[in-house]
Parts: sequence; C-alpha cells; structure tokens
Amino acid sequence: MDTKFLLQVEKVSKVFGYGFLGRIKFRAVDSVSLYKEDEPKILTIAGESGCGKTTLARIILGFLEPSEGAVMYKSRDIHRLKPKERLWFRREVQAIFQDPYETFNPMRKVDAYLYEAAKNLLELKNPGEASECVGEGLEFMGLSLKDVEGKHPSEFSGGQLQRMSIARALLPKPRLIVADEPVSMIDASMRMNIINIFKELREKLGISFIYITHDLATAFYVSNDIGIMYRGSMVEEGPAEKVLLERHHPYTKALVTSLPQPGKRVEWLKRTRASGMEIKEFLAPGCKYANICPQNFEKCMKERPPMFTVKGVKVACWLYEGQ
Amino acid sequence: MELILKARDLEGGYTLQFPFQGSTQASQEYIDAVSNVSIELYRDEVFGIAGESGCGKTTLIKILYGYINPPLTLKQGSVELYAEGEKPIEISSLGLEEHQRRVWWKRISYIPQASMNILNPTMRIRDHFAEMLKIHMGMGKEEAYPKAQEYAESMGLPRDALRAFPHQLSGGMRQRAVIAMAVLLKPELVLADEPSSALDVITQRTALTFLKDVQRGLGNTLVLVTHDMGIQAVLTDRIAIMYAGKIIEIGETAGIFEKPLHPYTRALIDSLPRLGDKSQRTGLGGQPPDLRRPPAGCRFHPRCAYSMDVCNREDPQLLEKRDGRHVACWLYA
Repeated sequence: MDTKFLLQVEKVSKVFGYGFLGRIKFRAVDSVSLYKEDEPKILTIAGESGCGKTTLARIILGFLEPSEGAVMYKSRDIHRLKPKERLWFRREVQAIFQDPYETFNPMRKVDAYLYEAAKNLLELKNPGEASECVGEGLEFMGLSLKDVEGKHPSEFSGGQLQRMSIARALLPKPRLIVADEPVSMIDASMRMNIINIFKELREKLGISFIYITHDLATAFYVSNDIGIMYRGSMVEEGPAEKVLLERHHPYTKALVTSLPQPGKRVEWLKRTRASGMEIKEFLAPGCKYANICPQNFEKCMKERPPMFTVKGVKVACWLYEGQ
Repeated sequence: MELILKARDLEGGYTLQFPFQGSTQASQEYIDAVSNVSIELYRDEVFGIAGESGCGKTTLIKILYGYINPPLTLKQGSVELYAEGEKPIEISSLGLEEHQRRVWWKRISYIPQASMNILNPTMRIRDHFAEMLKIHMGMGKEEAYPKAQEYAESMGLPRDALRAFPHQLSGGMRQRAVIAMAVLLKPELVLADEPSSALDVITQRTALTFLKDVQRGLGNTLVLVTHDMGIQAVLTDRIAIMYAGKIIEIGETAGIFEKPLHPYTRALIDSLPRLGDKSQRTGLGGQPPDLRRPPAGCRFHPRCAYSMDVCNREDPQLLEKRDGRHVACWLYA
C-alpha cells in the first residue's frame, strides 16, 4: 500500500435499514473514496443535511463500521486495529463535535473532563504532569487553568466550551482532527475566532483537519480541498477555490447560488426547484441529483456517473463524459 | 409610506424566581431582554431584525404580536396597529381572548421558530387549512375543503402535499404549508421568527423566496427575524440591529451593508466570510453581557474597540444620522 497518504477512504459504503423492520435498505454513504496526503491541510466535506457527511465522519473516526470498503490511517485499517494500536489511533486522530453543550457532562466539572482525557489518552499517572499538560492545551486556546477550574459547563458560553473541547482534542498532540460542524452552534460574530484557530493549528502545529460543514462560506475561507456530497455520494471534489468558484457539477452550482451573500440579492431571489422525496433519491438507480437537475438527460436516470476529471477537479456528472 | 405599526419605548423582560438559591441573594431576578425599543413599520416592506442569540429579538417579536405571558412582562411602552379609516388598535392593552378574536391571524400572523414542527401529526395538511377556514370564517366542512384546496394550489403547494400527513413531507414543504396558513386570512403584518434556520441552503432559498413572493403579492409587511446577516442582505428592505436588548442601528439594508456605522454592526458584517474572498476575517472578542446585570452606559462598550470614557457612563440614544439611518453610539453623537 502506498504510504504517502495520511488517510485513505476506499470505496466506503454504509447501508442502513428503512421502513418496516428495516427491510428497505438505503446507502447513507455510497461508495465514497477520499485520499488525504500526509501534509497539514484542511479538507472539507460539505453538503446538506442527510447527505451522509456525519456518517462518513463517524466511519473515519472508527465509531461506525462501514458496510463495504475500508478506511486506512497511515496504511492501517482502522476498523481492524489491535488493542494497542487503538490507543495510538485515539491519540493520532481526535474529534470535535457540533454541540459543545452536549460534549460536556452538565453534572461534572469541566476540568475533570480534561484531566480524564489527559490520563486516559496519555497514560499520565501523576496529577502534576496532567495539570501541566491540560494547562498547556488551554493556554493555546487563550484560556487558563484558573478560569476553568471547579466550574460546570453551564457557567460557560458555547464559544468558550467549544474552545475547551478543542483544547481537549489537542492534549494527545494529534495529527488529524475531524471536526463535525464545529461552529454551527456559535454566534456568527464569534464563529471566525474558532475557524481562525483551525488555521493557526494547521500552520503552527502541522495538524490536518477534516472539516465537516454545510456552510460553504466558511469552507471556502478555511479549506485547501473540498468534497461536495449529495445523498450519500461524492459529486465533486478538488481544490476548494476551483470547486467553489468554477463549479462544474449542477448541484454545486445550485448550492453556491443559494448561499445568501451580501451583494447577491438579484441572483438569489430567482426561483429554484426544491428537492422532493428524499428516500426516492437515495434509491435512484442513476445519478441521485438527476430528478431535480436542470440539465438532466436520459442517461442520468439510468446510470450512476463515475468521477470525470475536469481541469483538476473530479466531477461525478455525465455532462463531462469524454471531456 | 403608510405607517401600519408603531411601537414606543418598549421595556420588557422576564421575571425569574430562584427558590433554590441561598438566602443571601435575592430570590427574584429580572432579565432585561428588551430595553427602550421604538420602531415603526410601513406597508409593503420587508423589515429585518438582526442580532445574535440572547439579544432580545424573539422577545421583541412576542411583544409586537401581543403574546405576553409570564414570565414575560411588558413594563412600559405601547404597540399600536393602524388601519385605514379605523381607530388604531392598541395591541399592548388587549387581553388574550380579544387578541384571538380581533388580531391574530386576521391582522397579524406569527410564524414562530421551528414552525415546520407545529403541524398536528395526526391531521392531513388540507385539514389544517379547512380547520382554519371553519374557525375564522365560519365555513362548513363541505365549503371549507374545496376552498382550502383552491387556496393551497394558488400558493403553489402540490396536490400530493395536501393529502399527506406532516411527517411525509420534507422540512421545506412543511415550512411552505405553515407560511401558506399564516397568510390565509391576508394579514397586514406577518412576523417570521428564524423561519429558515433549520433548513438547508437550497430549501431555505425556496422557502424564503416563497415568503417574499407572498409578501409582494399581498403588498403587506413582513418582519423577518434572523441572526443570519446573509439572509438579511438578500431579503430585507430595512434592518434593525439589536444588541443586548437594545436597537443599536436601524436603516436601509443596502446602506447598512455599504457603510455600517455602529462598531457592532461593522463587526457583524466584517466577520461574514464571503465566497471568493480569502482575506483574513476576525470575530468579536469577549462575550455578550448577562442581561440580569447589563453593563452601565453603552451595553456594547466592554467589547468595543472604540470605547471612550463616556461609553461606560452614559447610554447613547438612537439618533438619526441621515437618510433614515439611526445609530446609538457616542462616536456619532
């Protein structure tokens, strides 16, 4: 296996049951491949709710087992790790979640949670060492042990809690952080502070990120590469600037033009087609976007498009066949 | 421009009891959610109320709607609804029953947060419409059904959707149904509180353009409460920016985005990342104040980069600068 990749997602699918006794099967993640080179870069996985981005993140983190395919981290299959390797994987790959109020147990003190993470992940026995380590992590996030000690999560704002959960993720000095919608619960005026921290961590500590989001504006701001998902499939993938500014796939076009942005009033107020029945699209034999795509033709309904390479971007759309 | 609603000097908030707290502290606390707010709304406009969580925008909407239930109390101020050739209705003095009979749905509609989840799960969509026609227009069942069908189709709801139960529809379609219900009786004023924050961008766009089309069709007034400055930019004609219970800037949308005056408005707009622009964006530092004990003087001064001596002593008034732009900041006083 090639070792220049930090993370390889090889044709991963996840099948969930639906309907009575779960007898209708649908693919929440459908044969997705992703390759992340071993250099500090931010890779965004973007898409709307129900596109499978969180399921994919959970598979990458090892919380869920894929129904098909495999995830390789430094050439090791993360779902087939030996017990010892599991701790290593936990240190190398860390997670940050959407709702900071849910990350922390409301009945426990915040610092206890940080100490526990330090003890379990770094196998630190001595409390002095642990507090030094936790203090270092908090300091990096602009907080100090004094502000945090003895307090419950309810005494902090969402932004502060999210900083603490990033501090926790930093304790084992990870190589990769998977952040699932980390700023969607934070007020817009403070969102950029968290996003800028990711940039800083990448530049100063060389940490790679997988940033899962529905927000294309922050994705454009922070990411090097981006993958757009729709109904479980990757539809377009490549350098963020190319994907979001050149926009090859009709779905990417629809997403970007629907983004409410200052100065885009006239364009935004034009009418669009809304998606209908979600489950039908998941089960569609051809392209899953074909039903609402303004540029669809016969082939789209019947056959699933493979990834075509157009000007350095991979696009899953029959429009680009033979180009 | 025809004035349709005038709110004067509103002071409202929540009185909370703390029975479990130690006896050394007062057992009652007041959260100052809306403080000294005055606004005027005109016919045929989309008026945005922007601000972040906890700034009092939902409380303000509830007061405008006259939905004042404990712990929310209105300490001071009045809300008047105007109509041609009629005596103005003073919303703030009506009882709940009178509201239901005279004002709600007929004159003012309120689309609350997460409203796509307010539909009754055991009723088909068309029954929701029929019920409203029965209650408010005294129609019988035979009359109400075709009328409901006709109306819903005129609003662009597909036939399938009318026969469906709420859970069979997507969030966007349910949101459309709720919007269509809210304007069934052609109210002069529609208050929408974060009507799209739970929706995806594409669904959000279809739901909001629908709301805008409806407004344009009826020529009435839409008040759109949202924290999303992007939506404010593409949809509203005028905006009021709220911070910690006060309106700190008010004016025409285009003008505010072109040249925000208040430092908080500027921070809100500058922190918005834009597609195609990778320049460094910074967020605001600090935290919004605790409204149980709001800071003295200007409520924004602890986080303001331009804070002066006067800012932590005296509260700036909302003063007109030019072209209807009002700002409450000592920098412009």
